[in-house]
Amino acid sequence: MSGATRSFATQSWAALAAGLLFGLGLSLSGMLDPARVRGFLDVAGAWDPSLVFVLGGAVSVSALGYALSRRFRRPALAETFDLPTARRIDPPLVLGAALFGVGWGLSGFCPGPALAGLSTGAAPVLVFAAAMLTGMATHDLALARRRMSLR
Amino acid sequence: MDAYLPALGGGLLIGLSAAMLLLLNGRIAGISGLVAGLARPGARWRADAAFLIGLVLGPPLFALLAGHWPVMRIAAGWPVLALAGLLVGFGTRLGSGCTSGHGVCGLARLSPRSIVAVLVFLATGMLTVALMRVAS
Repeated sequence: MSGATRSFATQSWAALAAGLLFGLGLSLSGMLDPARVRGFLDVAGAWDPSLVFVLGGAVSVSALGYALSRRFRRPALAETFDLPTARRIDPPLVLGAALFGVGWGLSGFCPGPALAGLSTGAAPVLVFAAAMLTGMATHDLALARRRMSLR
Repeated sequence: MDAYLPALGGGLLIGLSAAMLLLLNGRIAGISGLVAGLARPGARWRADAAFLIGLVLGPPLFALLAGHWPVMRIAAGWPVLALAGLLVGFGTRLGSGCTSGHGVCGLARLSPRSIVAVLVFLATGMLTVALMRVAS
């Protein structure tokens, strides 16, 4: 195995471990339960604020990780830090987030819990996840076509 | 009160996962972006797929450790779920991220784009739930 191949393999194991932690965290936190999530969004009704602690806990540790990453020139197993470079607050960002929020409120599902929830085999999760993938593909294909026509 | 400690513990695990993926692989743990990336083969493909496999295996691992599956109560019927799924899929791609990418990772980097996105999806999410409460 060449050095690069070995590092790709190590990256995959690291990613698998990180994914497991993410799925475990979602399961423990209550984020996998759409009724809880909708209760968290139900500020005008029976508001359940407990999920604030999920975001709070996650953002603090993630911020520590980010602060630490600024002290290194490169990540441990890859060549570069692959961070978003867009800075402009533009209409697609706002419109996209708005549409996502409506879907989140309707169902109580966002992408992470919907994918993790597939492992339970529950049919409603399958329906949601299939529609979500369709929505993603619709956007990405439409965008690809628009880019093509601009060229 | 019983709900707060698991919520915090789960949040810490999610944050640890995001920190790990960044420090080891230099990657942002944004679920919608990772999923969409699977359609494009590239150097990161295998690791991204591995992360998502881990994500799906998370609840069974939880069931193994805790002795019960995580609670999942779904009130919405199939038509609503399908519509919601389309909106979540299209919206997260158009808006370049979801609860994980903009929420967990973007807020941690104090990204202005992510702060705006989180405020917007929280607002429309809350508004949707409130309107459904009024309608029912």
